[in-house]
Amino acid sequence: MLDWKLDFTWEILPRLLAAAGNTMLAAGGGYVVAVVLGLVFALAQRTPSRLLTFVVRELVEFIRSTPLLLQIFFIYYVGPQFGLRLSPWSAGLIAIGLHYAAYLSEVYRGGIESVPKGQWEAARAINLSTAKTYRRIIIPQALPPALAGMGNYLVGIFKDTPMLSVIGVAELMHAANSIGAENFRYLEPYTIVGLIFLAISLPTAWLLRRFETALRRNMGLTR
Amino acid sequence: MPYLEFLETYSGRFLDGTLITLGQFGLAVVVAVIAALVSGLMKMARFKAVRGIAVVYIEIFRGTSLLVQLYWFYFVLPLFGITMDKFTVGFLTVGLCYGAYGAELVRGAIQSVPRGQWEAALALNMSTAQRMRRVILPQALVAILPPWGNLMIEILKGTALVALISVADLMFETRQINNNTYLSAQAFGTALIIYYIFARFMVTPIMRWLERVMARKIGRA
Repeated sequence: MLDWKLDFTWEILPRLLAAAGNTMLAAGGGYVVAVVLGLVFALAQRTPSRLLTFVVRELVEFIRSTPLLLQIFFIYYVGPQFGLRLSPWSAGLIAIGLHYAAYLSEVYRGGIESVPKGQWEAARAINLSTAKTYRRIIIPQALPPALAGMGNYLVGIFKDTPMLSVIGVAELMHAANSIGAENFRYLEPYTIVGLIFLAISLPTAWLLRRFETALRRNMGLTR
Repeated sequence: MPYLEFLETYSGRFLDGTLITLGQFGLAVVVAVIAALVSGLMKMARFKAVRGIAVVYIEIFRGTSLLVQLYWFYFVLPLFGITMDKFTVGFLTVGLCYGAYGAELVRGAIQSVPRGQWEAALALNMSTAQRMRRVILPQALVAILPPWGNLMIEILKGTALVALISVADLMFETRQINNNTYLSAQAFGTALIIYYIFARFMVTPIMRWLERVMARKIGRA
């Protein structure tokens, strides 16, 4: 095969693994933003206000149909124009969090809609407040069916973090780019980055699948 | 600079970029359809080796980032003696990446065709190819169109990444305009709106229309 340099591989591996830590940090941080914001989006579409529902619905649709890369640029560069400077990390986490919040809100919506109507009526009949109905009746039942979708988007966020390299977040892709530019060697850094991604996302996807089947089985047993 | 003046000055470049994005999108869809169909069918094959090839393709492309794949195809593949221009690398990589996602949709759609249809085709003494072409695939096509519509939007969004290997698409032109003018809200905002119009008022309605046409064709309207 072509000249894969082993000593070069050993030289750059620690740097890439350190950057992989940053990638996971970015994915985790972005996911936290997405999980919380997604719930806000989902609940905002269930308020009695028609206008609010419409606006949030369109916003979610807009975020979902435009490229994440463009959204990252938009959030990073538009702030300073209005005197708001964001660090690459915060702009990146906001962009990726916002993007996936739109996706997660759909997952939550599906989960909430899967709860039978009778549950709402029963909660009303025993005089529970709306907040209490959500917290004690609806969300516990909506969560299991939503968990599979939530897991898939965790892997999705992880795979989209390389886009953050374009605004200078020091994650895996960013490290590989610098290594490539410094040494004029792209074979090893880019291939190793690909392998690191495979090494993390394949087992995660497998675990999520197992978790999902276990969950289904458990739900079947309890019902 | 007022927004209208901005638009007047740069509409030509936005248009150029949009046309390249359209080309990338169209070609990537063709690649994705072929890749999804071939690997989806291969994954259902009788021979383990054939299934294995499909699984390797699907897992590699679904397990890594599109951006990593783009850089790898653009910077590393030439070292193996395969050199393509960046435009080709762009749509080919985007198509192969989303084709791997599409493969699962193909498999799911084919398996969603009721068992009885397979048995009836067998009873009518159809060959495997005939059964696929005349009985199974048309029904699978109707089942696959709604999820495929979502994938089309993902493909459109994926084409924005080809800007990073300097294909002069909408994303690329927008960045250039931003670098020249520092009018980030106008530049990136305009591009966001163009992508949105494209996705919401072209791709989605066309897919809905296709869904209706196909449903009517197999008598399920």
